[in-house]
Amino acid sequence: MKIVVIGASAGGSRALETLLSCLPADFSVPILLVKHHDSGSGTDMVKWLHNRTTLDVHLAEDKEHIQAGSIIVAPPSYHLLLETDGSVSLSIDEPVMHARPSLDVLFESAALAFGDEVLCLVLTGASRDGAEGAEAIRKAGGKVYVQDPETAEVPVMPRAALGKSGAGFVLGLSDLTKKLLEFANE
Amino acid sequence: MTSPVPRSSQDVNNLLEAMTAQYGYDFSGYAPASLNRRIHRHMQSFNIESVENLKQIILKDEQAFADLLRSLSVPVTEMFRDPPFFKYLREQVLPWLATFPFIKIWHAGCATGEEAWSMAIMLHKAGLLSRSQIYATDYNEEALTTARRGIYDSPLLDTWQRNFKESGGEGDLSDYCFQRYGSLRMDRTLQQHITFANHNLVTDHAFGEMNLVLCRNVLIYFSRDLQNRVLDLFKESILPGGLLCLGPRETMRFSSVADSFEPVEHEWKIYRLKQGFQL
Repeated sequence: MKIVVIGASAGGSRALETLLSCLPADFSVPILLVKHHDSGSGTDMVKWLHNRTTLDVHLAEDKEHIQAGSIIVAPPSYHLLLETDGSVSLSIDEPVMHARPSLDVLFESAALAFGDEVLCLVLTGASRDGAEGAEAIRKAGGKVYVQDPETAEVPVMPRAALGKSGAGFVLGLSDLTKKLLEFANE
Repeated sequence: MTSPVPRSSQDVNNLLEAMTAQYGYDFSGYAPASLNRRIHRHMQSFNIESVENLKQIILKDEQAFADLLRSLSVPVTEMFRDPPFFKYLREQVLPWLATFPFIKIWHAGCATGEEAWSMAIMLHKAGLLSRSQIYATDYNEEALTTARRGIYDSPLLDTWQRNFKESGGEGDLSDYCFQRYGSLRMDRTLQQHITFANHNLVTDHAFGEMNLVLCRNVLIYFSRDLQNRVLDLFKESILPGGLLCLGPRETMRFSSVADSFEPVEHEWKIYRLKQGFQL
């Protein structure tokens, strides 16, 4: 089973809008999303995305099964993890790099549970969260694409996720959308 | 820093079996993703190279097992955590509790006890504490010791005060906790109505005849099977018509006891045990 994991932080709302509004309602791969929240309930984020994509968007509920056509969003103050049986778990373990939800936690669980079936996108952000997790996905044989730091609103997070060697794949938002569609159709 | 957790589920299973056999702590029903992460983090901080190695160490060394146990449990809580939830309890649930001659409340998985103390404060404010008994249980003896002592770090007070106000609490929280030597000490008179006890949701039995059970952000660490066991245990522990409060992102929807309960409040996951289900 294929799975898409996406991480975004500062500046991420607009990037997500561009990225996700281009996906068709029958997009066949479940999407899990961690977006760092400044504050608030996260339902705002879900509502905001809901009006910008034809896919079903909702906050993760513990142990729900991931489904095609859905974007499952990590709730504020919870880590979101993927289990091998295709369900999601939440946790209130300590924040990672001041972040909960954390990209690293989701990405590492996805690498462990789904290995080379994972496609990971790291978008704009001011944190280094996600770099370790992206590396874990690469090591497990998954694909990692990073928003071009030159065009990202805040380049820190994509730059960190490129890895020590800087050898990761860098793409603009429209090419990231193309990669998502390719991945679904492979 | 963190590197990917190796795919070693057999090793992890062996470790869990050893923990059950040697020490009676059964983690096999825990949701694997978080558990793996915690085991791995424990290995990093104790410089242990493999899960197999960890197993050998804890089998020989009881202190090493205690260290692991500490890494595996999550005492993350605060006073009046989720203020709107407590506001709901204060406004909607307390008046209902007030109709009973005696009130029994169980905080299952209470960690370091802040929620149980919060409940005692709320009951005291409502004039109900004198006829209430709160049971606060956890399997983690170290967390329970903290809970029982009722002594916390002073810097927490600001957050607590804010939560307390947001939950609709009147007056000053510091009426109930005293600052001394950089610590906060909970009012002893509250404690007469709280019983802190060791109870493991995985292996222990029901606690009888509760009006209200709170178990928030504990089930997220369990697999669905274990969640079902625990929810069943709650069903046995709650009086017909009594309430169960789960964490805001936890649900009973997938569980085998879902039909026995009806949702009372959707956002805060408060359920009522239907009348006539417990014979």
